[in-house]
Amino acid sequence: MSLVNFTSREITCKIVYYGPGRSGKTTNLHYVYERVPETRRGRMVSLATQTDRTLFFDFLPIDLGQISGFSTRFQLYTVPGQVYYNATRRLVLQGADGVVFVGDSQARQLDENLESLQNLQSNLLEHGVDVRTMPLVMQYNKQDLPRELILTPPELDDALNFRAVPSFPADALHGTGVFETLKGISELVLKRLAAGSPAV
Amino acid sequence: MTTSLNPRFTFDTFVVGAANRLAVTAGRTVAENPGSAYNPLFIYSGSGLGKTHVLMAIGHAAKALAPQLNIEYLTLDEYVEAFHAAIAAGQGDAFRRRFQNVGVLLVDDVQFLTNRKEMQTELLRLTEALQQTGHQIVLASDRPPAEIADLDERLISRFSGGLVVDMGIPDYETRVAILRRKAEERGSSFQPGVLETVAKVEFPNVRELMGALNRIVAFQAVNETPINAEAVRRVLGVRTAESPPAAGATAAASPGASPDEFSQFLTDVTFTVGKAVEAWRARVTEAVLRWEGEGYRTGRLERLLDQDKPSAVDEEIAAYVRDVERLKALAAEVATLDPQAAGDKVFHDPGRMEEAEAAAARVRDGAAPPPAPSAAFPLDTYMAGLSNDVALKAARDVISKPGKKYNPLVIVGKSGLGKTHLLHAIGLELAKKRGAVVACLSTQAFVDELIAAIDGNRVDWWRARYRRCTALLLDDIHLLAGKERTQEELFNFFNQFLDAERQLVFTAPAHPNTLDGLEERIASRLEGGLVAEVGEPDKELRRSALERLLTQQHIRADAALLDYFADRPVDSVRSLTGLVQRVVEAAMAQEVPVTAGLAREVLEGAPPPSARRTAGARTSGLVVSSAGGVRSREKMVWDWPAASDRVIEEVR
Repeated sequence: MSLVNFTSREITCKIVYYGPGRSGKTTNLHYVYERVPETRRGRMVSLATQTDRTLFFDFLPIDLGQISGFSTRFQLYTVPGQVYYNATRRLVLQGADGVVFVGDSQARQLDENLESLQNLQSNLLEHGVDVRTMPLVMQYNKQDLPRELILTPPELDDALNFRAVPSFPADALHGTGVFETLKGISELVLKRLAAGSPAV
Repeated sequence: MTTSLNPRFTFDTFVVGAANRLAVTAGRTVAENPGSAYNPLFIYSGSGLGKTHVLMAIGHAAKALAPQLNIEYLTLDEYVEAFHAAIAAGQGDAFRRRFQNVGVLLVDDVQFLTNRKEMQTELLRLTEALQQTGHQIVLASDRPPAEIADLDERLISRFSGGLVVDMGIPDYETRVAILRRKAEERGSSFQPGVLETVAKVEFPNVRELMGALNRIVAFQAVNETPINAEAVRRVLGVRTAESPPAAGATAAASPGASPDEFSQFLTDVTFTVGKAVEAWRARVTEAVLRWEGEGYRTGRLERLLDQDKPSAVDEEIAAYVRDVERLKALAAEVATLDPQAAGDKVFHDPGRMEEAEAAAARVRDGAAPPPAPSAAFPLDTYMAGLSNDVALKAARDVISKPGKKYNPLVIVGKSGLGKTHLLHAIGLELAKKRGAVVACLSTQAFVDELIAAIDGNRVDWWRARYRRCTALLLDDIHLLAGKERTQEELFNFFNQFLDAERQLVFTAPAHPNTLDGLEERIASRLEGGLVAEVGEPDKELRRSALERLLTQQHIRADAALLDYFADRPVDSVRSLTGLVQRVVEAAMAQEVPVTAGLAREVLEGAPPPSARRTAGARTSGLVVSSAGGVRSREKMVWDWPAASDRVIEEVR
């Protein structure tokens, strides 16, 4: 998928929210959805189970309008977190321009976070993409939980952020850090415009 | 009552961008096909975004295409005022009739219809009347019809039934283009980056953008040093573009996020994109937008965007602009030769320069110059004498001051007196002038050409061919009799040529006002210049003509022979030529020299030589001169056999 089409003057960014089950990926999208003016957003597609677990994926298109003469669109996706939906995850990752890794800050979820990170790496490799070349930011969600239950952002950086990518503490339920994260990944993705090499 | 169109508000001076392209395209379409494309056309936009400009541009464009079209521009207020005045004067009906006869009616500021019920009814009636008669109405407002408070439903549906287009705020590139064009118009030049800085400020409309430009023009004028981008920000009171707040690892302060997060996000993304989309790509995109707006194909520029590095981008853009200029020149040239061909797409595609050059060359070849005067009739072989003195002098005047002294010049005289010679001689002399294109042909050929052009559906081309002539010379104008269409066309040429002081010369057998079948308007115009008569050749003229004739045939002209011929009762040089020819042929047949005696023998009925009969074949006895042709009846039969030889059969 072409990220920037200079001929039709379009920028289309596909951003995938990745992470272990129940880390808050869909919550991120919901918050963004609520904040985007109606005229700018498309219908949010969400396939969830009765217990609100993402079954397939969420999809939220956002139209940012004309930016520097480019008609700019963002497409936000989430993947289902549960281990057994890996085929779906791989499918959604295809053609991604950037990935937000939504980690669960709870200390007891550390292993799930690590496992999901490894899963991201292997799924990208399946598409022939080295995770080191993919724009990636980390979001440490649920920082609003009691301090004794969670790890601090520096601790999480130590544990998960091997590549020292930008990381954002967040409380997606209340919106803290949601747009900061989106902005962070957008910058990384858009900076690649300069290099002129579209993501796979 | 009606405001005249501001000459500066044309489509050429309007900068087209994504935000107003639809409105401009619709406007152009309407100007080209008033009454048939989108009727009514309703344009709305915020204040200062160019509604009035587009409205007037439609007026200008329509006028340029159809000068006879009645075009009126007025604001709704002016319309209301005029209406009230008309009603007060008891002239309501006259008022309605006046507006119903307008070909293209341009009404500005229609939003003021609010709370004016009677005006709404009036406008509804007018719109219906104009639509029914195929006249165009274009309206402009600062909001769409449905949002004009208290507007009659029927008007809303009327307006929506045509085309409703809006014009938005121009984007950054268009703003830069507007600033560049306006700065150019004012002859101001700025350091690189200055206009771009101004354009970065998102003014709500173009008027304020112009205000900002005015400010920096003024600032630069008083400071005598070129203004730079930093100073622009100061002058315009713009804050330096703030760098986006660093993405910190600290938790955001308040859990209740601000509702404007999305706008902030949008600003940040815009900033990032602006940085990421390199300046050279922006320049290319800007050029693409501009030329696309002017109707040129931009494939060549768009291909530049496919490359990774900005290699020679500016040179490419400059080359593209040069090619566009060349295309404009070609199209203009072609338009004078063949207006239809100028519309060819190839003249709007700088990617196909060679094809455009070839197409123009084809048109040039196709627009073969009109028939030129024949080189067989140079002025110096035209024999002067008392009988043609006036005509020859007039001819010389025409040659020295074409179009100024005698226009048209009509040479009249009987057949065979050398009118055609003089006509072509004038043509040849006029053609020697620089840049002269002289059409010189017989009226019959002129008529035939027109018929062929009508047949081939190329009348435009045919007209264009003669329109670019600097002089038009037609032989035997009386042949126009009864050719109504040709007279119509000639009438038009007549006016154009006279207006442009280009010379017209005609020949006719008699005074134009005595010619049958010639329209009064043509005859009176022919009489309006100078009618110069060529009389029958006097003896002197006949003598000198004879001398030349005999010399051409390598015959020694003795005085007796010359006197004999000069005394023959002939009415034209052409008849004289016929006589000489007869004698010369007889001499050749008898193998004797040409003498006065032989001439007398041949011309005055002495028995014809028997040599002609030696072949034993009986002929009709008619000998036709090869030199004289069959133009003159009296020269067709020269050599009647002896009476005893004539076979006269009575046909029963």
